[in-house]
Amino acid sequence: MLALKLAYRNLMGAKLRTWLNMIVLSFAFLVIIWNKGILNGWDQEARRDTIEWEIGGGQYWHENYDPYDAFTIEESHGKISDATQNAITQGDLTPILISQATIYPEGRIQTVSLRGIDPEQKLLLMPTVNLESDMEEIPAMIGHRSARNYKLNIGDFVTVRWRDINGTFDAKEIQIVHIFKTNVSTLDNGVVWIPIDRLQDMMQMENEATILVTSQESGSIGSINGYEFKDHYFLLTEIREMIEMKSVGGSIMFIILMSLSMLAIFDTQVLSIFRRQKEIGTHIALGMTQRQVVALFTIEGAMHSILAAILAAVYGAPLLYIQAVNGWKMPSGTDDFGMTIAEIIYPAYSVGLVVGTTLLVLITTTIVSYIPSRRISKMKPTDAIRGKIQ
Amino acid sequence: MNNHALITTDNLIKKFPVGKGWFTALNKINLTINEGEFCGLVGPSGSGKTTLLNIIGSLDIPTEGDAHVLGQSISGLTIKKAAALRNHHLGFIFQTYNLLPVYTVYENVELPLLLLKMSANERKKAVLQSLEWVGLLDKIKSRPAQLSGGECQRVSIARAMVKQPKLVLADEPTANLDAKNSHNILKTMEKLNSELKTTFLFATHDEKVIQYLQRKISLDDGRVVSDESTSSH
Ligand SMILES: Nc1ncnc2c1ncn2[C@@H]1O[C@H](COP(=O)(O)OP(=O)(O)O)[C@@H](O)[C@H]1O
Ligand SMILES: [Mg+2]
Repeated sequence: MLALKLAYRNLMGAKLRTWLNMIVLSFAFLVIIWNKGILNGWDQEARRDTIEWEIGGGQYWHENYDPYDAFTIEESHGKISDATQNAITQGDLTPILISQATIYPEGRIQTVSLRGIDPEQKLLLMPTVNLESDMEEIPAMIGHRSARNYKLNIGDFVTVRWRDINGTFDAKEIQIVHIFKTNVSTLDNGVVWIPIDRLQDMMQMENEATILVTSQESGSIGSINGYEFKDHYFLLTEIREMIEMKSVGGSIMFIILMSLSMLAIFDTQVLSIFRRQKEIGTHIALGMTQRQVVALFTIEGAMHSILAAILAAVYGAPLLYIQAVNGWKMPSGTDDFGMTIAEIIYPAYSVGLVVGTTLLVLITTTIVSYIPSRRISKMKPTDAIRGKIQ
Repeated sequence: MNNHALITTDNLIKKFPVGKGWFTALNKINLTINEGEFCGLVGPSGSGKTTLLNIIGSLDIPTEGDAHVLGQSISGLTIKKAAALRNHHLGFIFQTYNLLPVYTVYENVELPLLLLKMSANERKKAVLQSLEWVGLLDKIKSRPAQLSGGECQRVSIARAMVKQPKLVLADEPTANLDAKNSHNILKTMEKLNSELKTTFLFATHDEKVIQYLQRKISLDDGRVVSDESTSSH
């Protein structure tokens, strides 16, 4: 306690240097907390959106289904059994049939993923209710990114051409009845949604599906013949890896700022041990042991981090708070990168994040302060008192 | 004079390594200094005054022989015990004052008491008392840089006296002061010696100091060449 008090007095006496060190260090604090907060917020939102819009409580994939291999799409479908049909009726599952097709918006050719979904499903946030229609043309909905890319508006007709199960080409008009907005770009980019029964008709895949989405409440409902269950860990891999990759950028920034401030603190320590020899000798003459003086100087250096944390809290907390409330507006166009990302990310700061960062900075600063201070224990008190050591 | 020995040295030798050999800074010093004395080590520069004072102050150790201070053998002290001896019983006054520049006058004087873990109330009383002795109650909030040399040395006396130690060691306390200030601080120390019975041991070659001493121990070339008490005081 005494060392803390004395260290505080010494530190506050060296005004300019202390402030400079503290300001750099407090930036390091804020950068890491802010960056991690944004990524946490993004991660949480992306997971929530993906679960609510796309994967529910997990998905059963047809055993041949591989989203990265377009050539297997034609074999990735299977009959919906009676038991599965029961689960669908009970609201535990909803089937999705996936196939490939070509559309011709304004005379251009675009390959799209044509997906059939139950217009009455309530399991996902997909606004499928818009597909309920008994019109002659096939009602279709697309996401706003696709709408922009294909220059399609509500009410537009577009020709779709596909190959049915027998390999025969066929073509029909679809009409865009709805354009939805989602943060989950995989439901949007290059995807056209139509009622599942119409797609089954077109493909001659009566009562078949590619994936079966479970509800968040039910999750896996046991094994289904010909299908494999994919859990959240598997289905959210991409988000997890992306967030991990993005953390690297923030960490590099943090490491640079930390190195700068550690260098400054190290320098301050070396300088003050050199310049304050007389003080060191005086402390010893007044009855401190060399080890106590080492501790005093170490604490003095380490205290930079405590004061920096306080400083960061003073000017940073309001900034972080405002950001947490108002969110961080992503630059327009970010959502075209194929990532699941909201237009506004609300950073999520956790106690663990703040405490962890503080501890990390505190420990690093203590080590950096201790290393030069060790020299004190090798000083001869009689020389130190006269300030003679070179 | 009370003959209770506070310091004794016993064939004390101090050698410093110089180049490949040794330099003998103190050569077989045998001395006894009693409680309540106001005495000084005098002699030309390089005669070993500071070296002896440092050993008595447990800041250094003898090469051979020993010194006993308050009954404790200096060569036998651990680092911790030596620190405790200084902390509880010794006060130091230096030629260059050695005040902590970022502390106020009050904080400088308070420091030894903080190390003694004294309560805040006791500390305050003692600090104010000590500053009153040296006549600096009006400079409590000043920092050393705002004080004159004489004032700095008075703060340093207050710091040495604040814990009312048994022994105060003063190494060339007037070397950086003018005549008026030198007399001023010596009178203060003389008064403290007679009122509180604090033992003072100086190291000096300054005539202004020497005239106040009740006992002059002359050193030359690391030896005691004379030891005279004056009864005029
Ligand atoms: N640490 C040291 N290393 C080598 N020689 C020293 C050391 N300290 C003192 N001396 C030498 O010892 C002698 C006595 O020094 P000192 O006690 O400081 O003398 P004084 O205080 O009487 O002027 C001097 O010749 C000095 O050079
Ligand atoms: Mg000297």
